[in-house]
Amino acid sequence: MPAKPKNAKGTLLRLMQLLKPHKVSLIAVAFCILVTTGVSTFGIYLLRSVTSLLESLNAEYVAQGAMPDLSPLIRLLFGMGAMYLASAFCAYMYSRLMMLVSTSVLNKVRKQMFNHMEDLPIRYFDRRTHGEIMSRYTNDTDTLREFFSQTFPQAVSSFLSLCFSLFFMIRLNGWMTLLVIVLVPAMTVATQFIGKRSGASFVAQQRAVGALNGYIEETIEGQRVVQVFCHEDKARQDFEEKNEAVRAAGTRANTFAGMLGPIMNNMSHCFYVMVTLLGAILIVNNTGMNVPTLVAFLPMIRQFTQPISNLAQQFNTIMLALAGAERVFDLLDEPVEEDEGYVTLVNARKDAEGNIVETEERTGLWAWKHPHAADGSVTYTELKGDVVFENVTFGYEPEKTVLHNISLYARPGQKIAFVGSTGAGKTTITNLINRFYDIQEGKIRYDGINIEKIKKDDLRRSLAMVLQDTHLFTGTVRDNIRYGKLDATDADVEKAAKIANADFFIRHLPQGYDTMLTGDGANLSQGQRQLLAIARAAVTDPPVLILDEATSSIDTRTEALIEKGMDALMNGRTVFVIAHRLSTVRNSQAIMVLEHGVIIERGDHESLLAQKGKYYQLYTGMFELS
Amino acid sequence: MQFKRLLGYAGKYKKYLILCPLVMIGEVVMEMLLPTITAALIDNVIPECAQSGSISRVLLYGGVMLVMAVLSAGFGMAGARLSALGGLGFSKNLRKAIFDKVQHFSFKNIDKFSTASLITRLTTDVNQMQMMVMMLVRMAVRSPIMCVMAFVMAWRMNASLLPILAVAIPLLAIGIVIIMNLAFPRFQVMMKKYDALNASVQENLIAIRVVKAFVRAVHEKEKFEASADDVTASQRAAEKIVLWNNPLMQILMNGCIIAVLWLGGNQVIGGTMKLGALSSFIQYITQILMSLMMLSFLFVNFVLARASINRICEVLDEQPEIVSPEQAAETVRDGSIVFDHVGFSYSGDESNLVLEDANFTIRSGETIGIIGGTGSAKTTLVSLIPRLYDVTCGRILVGGKDVREYDIHALRDQVAMVLQKNVLFSGSIKENLRWGDADATDEEITAVCQTAAADEFVRTFPGGYDMDLGQGGVNVSGGQKQRLCIARALLKKPKIIIFDDATSAVDTATDARIREGLRTAMPDTTKIIIAQRITSVMDADRIMVLNDGKITDFGTHEELMERSEIYREVYLSQQKGVA
Repeated sequence: MPAKPKNAKGTLLRLMQLLKPHKVSLIAVAFCILVTTGVSTFGIYLLRSVTSLLESLNAEYVAQGAMPDLSPLIRLLFGMGAMYLASAFCAYMYSRLMMLVSTSVLNKVRKQMFNHMEDLPIRYFDRRTHGEIMSRYTNDTDTLREFFSQTFPQAVSSFLSLCFSLFFMIRLNGWMTLLVIVLVPAMTVATQFIGKRSGASFVAQQRAVGALNGYIEETIEGQRVVQVFCHEDKARQDFEEKNEAVRAAGTRANTFAGMLGPIMNNMSHCFYVMVTLLGAILIVNNTGMNVPTLVAFLPMIRQFTQPISNLAQQFNTIMLALAGAERVFDLLDEPVEEDEGYVTLVNARKDAEGNIVETEERTGLWAWKHPHAADGSVTYTELKGDVVFENVTFGYEPEKTVLHNISLYARPGQKIAFVGSTGAGKTTITNLINRFYDIQEGKIRYDGINIEKIKKDDLRRSLAMVLQDTHLFTGTVRDNIRYGKLDATDADVEKAAKIANADFFIRHLPQGYDTMLTGDGANLSQGQRQLLAIARAAVTDPPVLILDEATSSIDTRTEALIEKGMDALMNGRTVFVIAHRLSTVRNSQAIMVLEHGVIIERGDHESLLAQKGKYYQLYTGMFELS
Repeated sequence: MQFKRLLGYAGKYKKYLILCPLVMIGEVVMEMLLPTITAALIDNVIPECAQSGSISRVLLYGGVMLVMAVLSAGFGMAGARLSALGGLGFSKNLRKAIFDKVQHFSFKNIDKFSTASLITRLTTDVNQMQMMVMMLVRMAVRSPIMCVMAFVMAWRMNASLLPILAVAIPLLAIGIVIIMNLAFPRFQVMMKKYDALNASVQENLIAIRVVKAFVRAVHEKEKFEASADDVTASQRAAEKIVLWNNPLMQILMNGCIIAVLWLGGNQVIGGTMKLGALSSFIQYITQILMSLMMLSFLFVNFVLARASINRICEVLDEQPEIVSPEQAAETVRDGSIVFDHVGFSYSGDESNLVLEDANFTIRSGETIGIIGGTGSAKTTLVSLIPRLYDVTCGRILVGGKDVREYDIHALRDQVAMVLQKNVLFSGSIKENLRWGDADATDEEITAVCQTAAADEFVRTFPGGYDMDLGQGGVNVSGGQKQRLCIARALLKKPKIIIFDDATSAVDTATDARIREGLRTAMPDTTKIIIAQRITSVMDADRIMVLNDGKITDFGTHEELMERSEIYREVYLSQQKGVA
């Protein structure tokens, strides 16, 4: 439920800032609104001129017995026509301009949100559901769109027409105007009375609808379980309860919303009657008031009351838009991922003496460029993939430590495996290497450089990951593999697919490598998706590879098939492997057994088995991981 | 007609849907009469009283007007109340009808629709219908009556001015048709672009780690900017057409007024028409055009709602694939299972079977393991036992009777299944477990949890068995969720229990303990275990090896090690090097 904005004024000002670049358009819009509102108010005035003209022409006709000269009437009507045309033109112009302004503002807001979102730290995404972030792109921008394209111009128009009619009323008769103004609070009281109840009941309705929709989603998604447990009748009962709650709350909310119109409308009829009465009394008492003035005054009442009831309704929409805008700004104000790194990754070659020299072209040799602020010198270190953890301590929240005093080293080309139960901290370790999270204590060195000094983008470029959950993007199979290296040739892509043993199934897809994948690769099996993710990492050709449960959804027979490819992929690289199945980690140089964030055993397969410790128990199924 | 059929679901709320238009007639009559009385007040009464110096007639007219205004407000408010009662009641019943229908769906029906589309139908589409109906009862009668009344009054007042309408109405119609025809396809394009935009945001939310790991933020930003520009362009293309509505209406309306002023004005000068009549006539013409506009608006909405109507009818028309027979058997004798030359295909096409000629017998109380690669039809085979799908050919006997002879609930109560894609629901752990048996005592719950190796971790939770699981069971880990799902199924005390890869996230040792627990806790129950891990099935009485929809072998571990190459291969790949 969109709550009330916390800081209405600040948010409004910030929204206005967004409109700033469109100043010229907005001035034109204001002018056009001025014209249309002016014309519609003035039109009532003019109508009176026409009737009085007709009256006098009629008198002439009666006096002369022949048709009088109609040219004043023609002139007047042409004038009116021209005015109305101008007003219609202005109406079109302002809505068109406002449409252009609102769409370009929204376009900018969307891009700003997305660009900002991409730079937010992983932590931001950990703490929020996707639905919560999504709704800023959908619901909240929608309310903004309505605000800019409709509510905003309408509110301006209502306000102007209120001023115009007030001006004309005062000119016509002060006493009657005073009466109308005295009556206005009655309208405001009515609006507030209904508005309060309608607002509260809309909140109640929204809550009931939310509960019902949540129930529907959960039950339909779990429909198979419902059926396996013969739970249909119970589901129907629960549903009925929530369904009835929506009906009751919705009926109340819609009743109030529907009442506002007739009440406002007829209140203005009542004003009409009272003003007529006052007018009649004024006329009878010879206060200088006459019939034509009264007749001209009466339509102005509607012209005056209409904007008031409009503004009352627009107020709600404005509040909704501000609440939406606030959530959009919240996202934009979220601090982005910090990066104080200054060591960069550059192409390099070795000169005659074997020294590393920076070059422009791709050589296949990479080096860390390390400028030293102290003496202004620059050193180059070859990128090898040497990773060292020195007494690393980390917690997602400062007070809850997940990893305790972890030290480990991985020499270039070594395969290091992590074994342990869920929650032991295996994935966390890999998330620290690429700096998805920053450590609290200790140091992580990459080729001897503290990774905090390395630019995050360059650090991540030197690592390839195959994650626990495979995610693919809308696009062709080829695009998805190429995601690892945007300038990879078709041949590179196919070679990578062959390494991952994905080539075979890709060729059997309807359009081979050009088959479109949609909805996170929904048309592929879990195993096939994982093969693509492995191919994606293969095409990157990085010195360090992180495989987080990369083969968990591939059955053991298929895994045996890709093992060769995987071995080829891992050859000469530093590899970190996390796997549930112990068969996948056997041939690692070092296996770390983690428990509650502490490395409790380390060694290679044989030595660990010989130790007859936890690894041995785990491997033979004697030890329980909880 | 489909819409009429859906209206039938209003049920006891129908009376409100009928009453509402009647009340709206009252409102529209008041609304039509009020200007007439106003005209009389201005044209006759006020000039009269100005002459006579008495305001009594003004008071009288004013009194009548006040009464009418109050009546009109009353009718209007009643209309609001009735349309809300009727509209919300209607949508409630419609939603209930769809939900009930879905409860009768078989797995095949659900496969056909997909979960997301069923949810949209129950939420967005029903909402669309509700708004449509509420607008309909308030406007469908009101607008035509207003139009006709205004027309009759205008006719009686001065028929010679009516030809103006003969020009204006066709122009209005043509204008609206052109605008709609141009706008409709453009809006559809716009919606597609919107979907694409949302999809790309969603994709980035899901895969944010991939984006960051591969340093592709810039690439994603470029893609998004292109997509956002697409949305903006298509939105402009569509809205720029609809913007013509307002000026079209203004020009027509004011054009009519000027035409009336000119033609009627001549008559006023000539003395054949009164001034008051002229201004009333203008009002009538405005009302006619406004109500026509309203009707066209209603029509457009109806066209837009047609897609929703169709989607809802599709669900309501769907025939449940699997229903209990008449005079169904209510009790399942024992846990024996016979597959008699069973073949199955999801499309029902006998020439393209997913499972071919499955032919075997399982004795009551036996423990059976099933292994096979992805796509070998393991899940398909077991789904046929509780009749989640019907066989395409052959037959399946449970407890000596064809599964199609049982009452579905009776059968499924005795054949419990722990699904591969399992879910827990929001609510406490205890509530979730009671799905298996609503009347289970706390002791029974603890007992099954001990068997499923769930009791040990539930006890460590704050609140224990009363801890809330959150939507979709988000508060427990994957392995814990699987163990709870097993406990839930055990609570049913079934004659047959099927585990479809139900312990994949549980470690080997716990897995073994669960199997041991099952053996002692329910010795008479037939247990069927599908697993990827060879250790999960190794100690079963017999093991079935499935490959590509065919049963290639069925026997004990020792037998299979000897004669099944596939089995041996899997065994070796997983067990190589174990001490």
